[in-house]
Amino acid sequence: MATRSIPRTDLGASHEGFLRHRNFLWLKVALAFSLLALLGYALIDVQPRPNGGSAYGYALGTIAVLLILWLTMLGVRKRAMTRGRWSLKAWTSAHVYLGLSLIVVATLHTGFQFGLNVHTLAYALMTLVVASGIYGIVAYARLPQLLGASRSDMTRPQMIDAVFKLDRQLGTAAQPLGHEEAKIVRLSLDDDVFRGGLWRRLSGRYPRCRTARALAETRRRLAVATGEQAHALEAVAALLERKAAALARIRQHLRIKALLEIWLYVHIPVTFALLAALAAHIVSVFFYW
Amino acid sequence: MAFLIRTVSHSAEGREIVRARRVEGERLTVGRDPACDVHLTDLAVALRHLTVERDSGRLKVAVEPGLSVELNGRKASAGIIELATGGDILVASHALRFMPAAAGADEIDVAVERTGEGEVKLDKSAERLFTLAPVLPGKRGLAWLLALLVLAAGLAWPIKAYYDRREKAETFARFHADEIWSSGSLSSAHAGLKDNCTACHVKPFEAVRDTACKTCHTRVHDHADPFRLARAQPDLGRWRRIELAFKEKFDIPPGRCVECHTEHEGRQQMPATAQRFCADCHGDLKKKLPDTALPNAGDFGRSHPSFSPVLIAGWNGERPRLQRLSLAQRPQEDSGLKFPHDLHLSRSSGVAQMARRLGGRYGFGQALECKDCHDPAPDGARFQPVDMEQDCAMCHDLAFDRSGGTTRTLRHGEPAQVVAELRDFYRGRGAPLPSVLAPSARRRPGDAPDLHNRIQFARGPGSAERAIRSIFSPGGACFDCHRVESPPGGSLNFRIRPVAFPIRYLHKGWFDHRPHATQSCSSCHAAERSNAASDLLIPDVASCRTCHGGEGSSKPVPSSCAMCHDYHMDAGAPSMLIRQKVRGKKRETIVAGARR
Repeated sequence: MATRSIPRTDLGASHEGFLRHRNFLWLKVALAFSLLALLGYALIDVQPRPNGGSAYGYALGTIAVLLILWLTMLGVRKRAMTRGRWSLKAWTSAHVYLGLSLIVVATLHTGFQFGLNVHTLAYALMTLVVASGIYGIVAYARLPQLLGASRSDMTRPQMIDAVFKLDRQLGTAAQPLGHEEAKIVRLSLDDDVFRGGLWRRLSGRYPRCRTARALAETRRRLAVATGEQAHALEAVAALLERKAAALARIRQHLRIKALLEIWLYVHIPVTFALLAALAAHIVSVFFYW
Repeated sequence: MAFLIRTVSHSAEGREIVRARRVEGERLTVGRDPACDVHLTDLAVALRHLTVERDSGRLKVAVEPGLSVELNGRKASAGIIELATGGDILVASHALRFMPAAAGADEIDVAVERTGEGEVKLDKSAERLFTLAPVLPGKRGLAWLLALLVLAAGLAWPIKAYYDRREKAETFARFHADEIWSSGSLSSAHAGLKDNCTACHVKPFEAVRDTACKTCHTRVHDHADPFRLARAQPDLGRWRRIELAFKEKFDIPPGRCVECHTEHEGRQQMPATAQRFCADCHGDLKKKLPDTALPNAGDFGRSHPSFSPVLIAGWNGERPRLQRLSLAQRPQEDSGLKFPHDLHLSRSSGVAQMARRLGGRYGFGQALECKDCHDPAPDGARFQPVDMEQDCAMCHDLAFDRSGGTTRTLRHGEPAQVVAELRDFYRGRGAPLPSVLAPSARRRPGDAPDLHNRIQFARGPGSAERAIRSIFSPGGACFDCHRVESPPGGSLNFRIRPVAFPIRYLHKGWFDHRPHATQSCSSCHAAERSNAASDLLIPDVASCRTCHGGEGSSKPVPSSCAMCHDYHMDAGAPSMLIRQKVRGKKRETIVAGARR
């Protein structure tokens, strides 16, 4: 890709994001499609009340399920990157806007009849998928800039390396310290910055950070230490402070990265749950016709 | 005596680098302090962690108080290493290996090696560390798990429930997994079938058939002959044609019960049939079915044919001939009775005067009212046929004699008895001539026999025959209300033509008087202007339209077809009205007041 020469005229287009692709073409298509569905819903008088089993209901349902299957195909399509009218960007753009129009089509298909059943389960899962998708769009629009800023011109291995270097320096600086003080330093050295579960990653809060604890303890001891010990503790405290800053940088980076990725852990598995629920929904409708 | 310390480390390629050093003396100190004989940089090692002292053939290991080491794999704070066998001491991440030596050996070989390299290697996995992959289960695994879970609970479980139930009949209702397929509550009428999906959904993948409905609804009949019904269908538009093609494809026969009686639409009553549903066929029925006897009918306010009541159009001998005739033809009814409504309802005639006189006894007002003679039927919907003794005799009494304290009356409805009674009366004794026997002057109800009558009566023989003839002649009591068949000359076998009233005039539509009790009778029935019993007082469509309009009408009572007609042609009240009554929501039914 990169070695291939890009025609000049395409350069402008290639800088355009998938949201504004071809001057919001797919947004317009999706809007027109949704309006059409709404119009049909308003004009067709289904007795005794609108439901998915009417002719219009079946039509909307068929459209919705085909749309869902096509939207799912993005997972296959994205593995083959091409350019042009049916470029991956065009697909993504259509995926986003047509996916949003699914809210209208599927909701009209329900006829606003919900209950504790497999049909509403499918609808709920679909809503969850769309909601996570919307979150994903917002995250992709806002978070990457923060991600760039959070790493302050460092690559990720460099960030980790910075911590290791500080660790080595800490190891050296702590050599003159007594066994108790060394234990405190080791608290920080043994800490793994990537420890902590999903919640720590998403919140970016590490209340039991060992480095922070080591720093606090070192400062406490520094206040009462004298002579050579004080010198060593001072050096260690300075290093721990630098390490805390390096850790904060990594954690901020981890947090943004987690916020950027988390929606896919909903969007994709729930999509497959949705496909299963749709299968149950459709089979059940025809099983008990 | 000395220790030979050989520090072993590994290069990046894994090559072993050994640096050897001699420590003279019997004692070896180990710690992080650079002054120690064996200097270990691991922070887990104390400044002075332990000492190893040679004591003839063994090494005594002494660890600083509060600290510990691993001596030959066991945690210890002091111990012995036999020189002959050698031994290992593990201090934090460093291993000190004392090689076996003879008891009197000059040098003791000690290998010092860092065991765990500890440092995390920086490689490509660093990028992965930043992602969520290490803290969350894989997306693919999660997807499989969720999908299988949904399929198991939403598909496999209900299907199993269906086949389980087919295996064995159940005596009580309980939850079945296939209920999670239900798209909504059943209507109130079918609520009991909630746990029994297979009552209607008999075969999998087959749309509900009418046979399932008829298992319980054994007496529901069709609207019309199915073929005529099919022919009367309006021209299918393009969409209906497509819909039909789909239904054909999926084996859904048209015209099933469930097309109108839709289910799973929530716990509700079946809604009244929309006017359009009827008007689609009946609005232009003549064109589709030229041989139909039914006139076209659509919106009640605009295109409803005039009513065609069933009335007595004539007589076949003693039997009334009932005929359905349109009000537009201004039909006359031949009930066999003479009765001027206008005279009886007049506020100024003699009738009114008499009503006032007898008011105290019979509850009449200033003049006669409809209710004074017409009694509602027990259901209140219609009225009972007028009965002479019950409804007329208050004024038109047939008394002709007083015997002791008892008034003798002529037998109504039995002319032969009347003739016999009068013959007997004149033969037996010379009682005063009762007013009913007056030949010319009408007997006014309640009048005392006048002088003229007495004189006539006193004339003697032949007066019985004269009296009989006069009672059946114009001006006589029978003749006033009835048609009299005169006997051949000389005979006195007078006969009265029978009288009959239809109990129900409008058979094809429902009419209930109770909801109309707020209206006066005369607002619909033009009785005050009728001077003959042959006038049919059934109101016409125009009269109904004063209040009733079509389904979407702005009239006070918008009325769809279902208000008066039922699709399944039951003779009783349409189901729409029954449901309204049961619910007691809309038109509250007003029961007509008690009789007199």
